[in-house]
Amino acid sequence: MDVETNFPVMIEARRAWLSLLAKSPAASVERLWNGLNIAPDHTLLRNPEIGAVMVRGRAGAVGAAFNLGEMSVTRASVKLGCGTVGHGYVQGRSKTHALQAGLIDALMQTDLAQDVEAAILIPLGQEMDAKKKIRASKAAATKVEFLTMVRGED
Amino acid sequence: MYVAVKGGERAIDNAHAWLAEERRGDISVPELSVDQIREQMTLAVNRVMAEGSLYDPELAALAIKQSRGDLIEAIFLIRAYRTTLPRFGGSHPVDTAAMDCDRRVSATFKDAPGGQVLGPTFDYTHRLLDFQLAADGQVGEVQKTEPNTGETPHIMGFLDREGLIQTEPEGAEAPDDLTRSPLELPASRALRLQALTRGDEGFLLSMAYSTQRGYARNHAFVAELRIGTVAVEMDIPELGFTIDIGEITLTECETVNQFMGSKTEPPQFTRGYGLVFGMTERKAISMALVDRALRWKELGEDNLGAPAQDEEFVLYHADNIQATGFLEHIKLPHYVDFQSELELVRKLRRNVQAAGQDESKGPSGGSFSGKMKEGVGS
Repeated sequence: MDVETNFPVMIEARRAWLSLLAKSPAASVERLWNGLNIAPDHTLLRNPEIGAVMVRGRAGAVGAAFNLGEMSVTRASVKLGCGTVGHGYVQGRSKTHALQAGLIDALMQTDLAQDVEAAILIPLGQEMDAKKKIRASKAAATKVEFLTMVRGED
Repeated sequence: MYVAVKGGERAIDNAHAWLAEERRGDISVPELSVDQIREQMTLAVNRVMAEGSLYDPELAALAIKQSRGDLIEAIFLIRAYRTTLPRFGGSHPVDTAAMDCDRRVSATFKDAPGGQVLGPTFDYTHRLLDFQLAADGQVGEVQKTEPNTGETPHIMGFLDREGLIQTEPEGAEAPDDLTRSPLELPASRALRLQALTRGDEGFLLSMAYSTQRGYARNHAFVAELRIGTVAVEMDIPELGFTIDIGEITLTECETVNQFMGSKTEPPQFTRGYGLVFGMTERKAISMALVDRALRWKELGEDNLGAPAQDEEFVLYHADNIQATGFLEHIKLPHYVDFQSELELVRKLRRNVQAAGQDESKGPSGGSFSGKMKEGVGS
């Protein structure tokens, strides 16, 4: 945990965009990627590959870890013409999604970072936040407000 | 014993073609899409993910379509598919305290921080058929209010602070995995929980119900039931740090159970735990009750001989794919097996008849079934 809190800002930022790309719908990433309208020169370090990750939980939420079941994950690694390497790990089985995540990860480490952030990551983050907020506000509307009933006479 | 049987290829091909046609049903009715199943048969999709032990709503929806809605067949398809996937690694244990809750209720504390949030529940519906739904699928406007920005801590934590609840022991960071090595007994709690979370919902429901009816009663209260999404984090070796690789919906049930104390433990509350993929409330509650029943040895309780306390009975019969595989195989050709049985019975009958003739010197001597028993016994 100490190591994580002392992470340099750059790694923290990279972790945030990779996490966002992993959790976003493939269709949203693709739409925003196409909107950026660039085709960076790159080679594949790792062809997009579909696999599984064993998800774990804890007994009683706080105790010993146990295996809950797997989830599908797709990964890909790319290398830009300039030598920058990008990795994509995304939920689901879309190879395009993994590849685009890898390219975005690589581009975010180049001079194009600001453009990529503005065109893809910021709108993607907003889209995900908005979706979460809508669900949370529907949940909030189902919160029980207890009324105390006064019974009998004193 | 299996003996290769040749022939029947044409019959099999034709049977499968007919199956495909029957699956499609009346072609004047529009075909069901995988997207429709995923979005509108969500709870079936969730069950297939949980018992198929693979979180992938698209695949689960496809499996349901392919299996004509036979969920055990769909689970079978998912189990078969998951064995083809390379394993990239294991996640960090999910942090359910940080869950974005759609639903969160407690049967033990009315005023828990974070409140009682009902979510999209069947509870309090009147279980009357809604014929409006047959006419059209219109939905009304859903109410929204300002989201809860505060924490929704686990209710169990409050009892924990008072020292009234049994503490959960630590365990290995990389727990035993029953998909990698055969389940051996006695099983660790980690293995039991893995077997339960992918176990058959109906089986677990019945086992849990048996504890409520008195077969190793454990006086469970639902301290907390929460449903919502959690991020799944994993260390990525090529990056050298942890990222979220996805987000999944889970149902978690924590029970608090009355406990009078035992030879080894003071009077306190004990806990049962259920955690299941998807919105799978009945399964998660069942899992928590069965988990608690299986903990009798650890808590120094008596073995009452109840089915839910019997680890071997529960764990070896909870998996519906193992069960259905063994059950359904008896309908497949056993011609040679049966031929030998037939020979045996004929021989026994011959022996009995011969013995009967010796005794009574005639076919009318005594009942045949009576002699049959003697013959088998001798």
